[in-house]
Amino acid sequence: MAKSIDVSDLNIYYSDFLAVENVNMTIKARSVTALIGPSGCGKSTFLRTLNRMHEVIPGARVEGKVAVDGQSLYDSAVDPVEVRRMVGMVFQRPNPFPTMSIAENVLAGLRLNNKKLTKSEAADVVERSLQGANLWNEVKDRLGKPGMGLSGGQQQRLCIARAIAVEPQVLLMDEPCSALDPISTSAVEDLIHELKEQYTIVIVTHNMQQAARVSEDTAFFNLAGAGKPGRLIEMNPTKKIFSVPDEEATEAYISGRFG
Amino acid sequence: MTAVAPEPSLVVEHPLQRPRLPKLAPLIAAVIAAAAAVLLGLSLGWGVAPIVVTGGLIYLVGLSTWSRLVENARAATDRLVTSLVWTALVIALIPLISLLYTVISKGSSSINAKFLTWSMRNVLDGPGGIYHAIMGTLIITLGAAIISVPIGLLAAVYLVEYGQHSRLASWIRFLVDVMTGIPSIVAGLFAYALFSIIVGPGTQMGFGGSVALSILMIPIVVRSSEEMLKLVPTDLREASYALGVPKWKTILKVVIPTAMAGIITGVTLAIARVIGETAPLLIICGATDSVNLNPFSGQMASLPVFIYSSYQSPGANPEVLRQMAWGAALVLIIIVMALNILARVLGKVLSPKTGH
Repeated sequence: MAKSIDVSDLNIYYSDFLAVENVNMTIKARSVTALIGPSGCGKSTFLRTLNRMHEVIPGARVEGKVAVDGQSLYDSAVDPVEVRRMVGMVFQRPNPFPTMSIAENVLAGLRLNNKKLTKSEAADVVERSLQGANLWNEVKDRLGKPGMGLSGGQQQRLCIARAIAVEPQVLLMDEPCSALDPISTSAVEDLIHELKEQYTIVIVTHNMQQAARVSEDTAFFNLAGAGKPGRLIEMNPTKKIFSVPDEEATEAYISGRFG
Repeated sequence: MTAVAPEPSLVVEHPLQRPRLPKLAPLIAAVIAAAAAVLLGLSLGWGVAPIVVTGGLIYLVGLSTWSRLVENARAATDRLVTSLVWTALVIALIPLISLLYTVISKGSSSINAKFLTWSMRNVLDGPGGIYHAIMGTLIITLGAAIISVPIGLLAAVYLVEYGQHSRLASWIRFLVDVMTGIPSIVAGLFAYALFSIIVGPGTQMGFGGSVALSILMIPIVVRSSEEMLKLVPTDLREASYALGVPKWKTILKVVIPTAMAGIITGVTLAIARVIGETAPLLIICGATDSVNLNPFSGQMASLPVFIYSSYQSPGANPEVLRQMAWGAALVLIIIVMALNILARVLGKVLSPKTGH
């Protein structure tokens, strides 16, 4: 059920400012694609266009085409709410809902979308999602406790559980480990490895070792200078990017000789 | 080598220890300042107020000079500013405590079962009760809350979630700020005029009071709810959108619950602000001695109006009615306090849980 994503001639704007220019790429189903590049080059902006979260910001808009398994996301007949049910997202900072318990956080996506669940179904979803996020063993005895009481790494895995509870087909991750310690990072990376059996994953990361560890393909974004739009410089299998990249700029960025 | 060099570890270039005033220094300074001020005041025949002011000045100057001599300039400034802050706190508390003391001491004697359960109907001599005014105040204020909370909260939701920086939103913000400054008597006249047009000239009823009070309440509810909704992190909204939750449901199930404690506090403050309003109720609700529980017909008594009229036109038994006015004032204060406590409890129960 995982789906591939085709992006063609995508321009992303904030009001009149062109933030990302002319992106063309294909993201394979059931694999992990990493987006790397310097700050401000538009990785996160690009990621947010893949589930129409970009337009939540006032004045933000896109031109071009994003298609998930052939269905164009930016067609005028498409409801962004439906898109977001199909394409889940995990954010940079863990953001569990503060008014809800651990179990309610996991069920939030279903409950808020009016899905009627019996008690046993709900318990099933909670256990499956938390197992999926490698968190079950740590929280199974305190599912009724507030989600905010968990540690940062646990909160982030709770957010992943919340995202996979609605069974999306694509999972977007915006620097999911940047606020986590190495142990939690390792837990999340293990999780990514398991999740790619079922989901198409796109991950933005500043950590190149992480990109090398978890991803099959890597896309390198760069920008020519402050105020200039970001561009996709190169997209290739991760092994190739980190050994013999096609572009000089990629080589420079990866080896630390940036600029 | 006869002179033994000091051990290297004992040579301290920047000593951390400095002379300090004793812990009780502020107390000692206060006692001395008080004694000096009293002596000076008595010998010159001053009243209480000049003695207190002089004592305070002696304390401020004395303590900071002492500290400057023994400690250093920074510590002296610290002590001076600390004393000033405490002085401000005490000055702010004096009217509050004095008011509470006056009302409690003058009003508590008149509170008894009859006072709370009787009205003033057919009371010719001797004390009656304020049941009609208590019920009137509760009904009118409840009506005002029922009108203002939905309007205010929805307006705040529009401002934060939909309008944001649009021109319409900034106009609404401006008008709400203007509304905050409307004199309460104008709100009363507005309600009186409104009901004169709708129902008939000279109409007086409890619901009209609710309308007048809600005009005073709405801007407070809008502004406080807006601030509370703004405090909800954007992260939470995005997390909800990313789960495919529609915007209206995100607002209803994520944003408002997260801000609920603050919204309730704001609503309570707004109620406390209007529950003591006299002028508009005097115009639109009138005054009556009987119990009237129907807000849609007839004059309705309320505590502030009862207090006002008991003082203004006490009739044949001025002493009795003055006494009752103090009792009614105490009841009003108790109602406001009870509301505040209720709001705090609700806020505690509903506020986001941290798990600690």
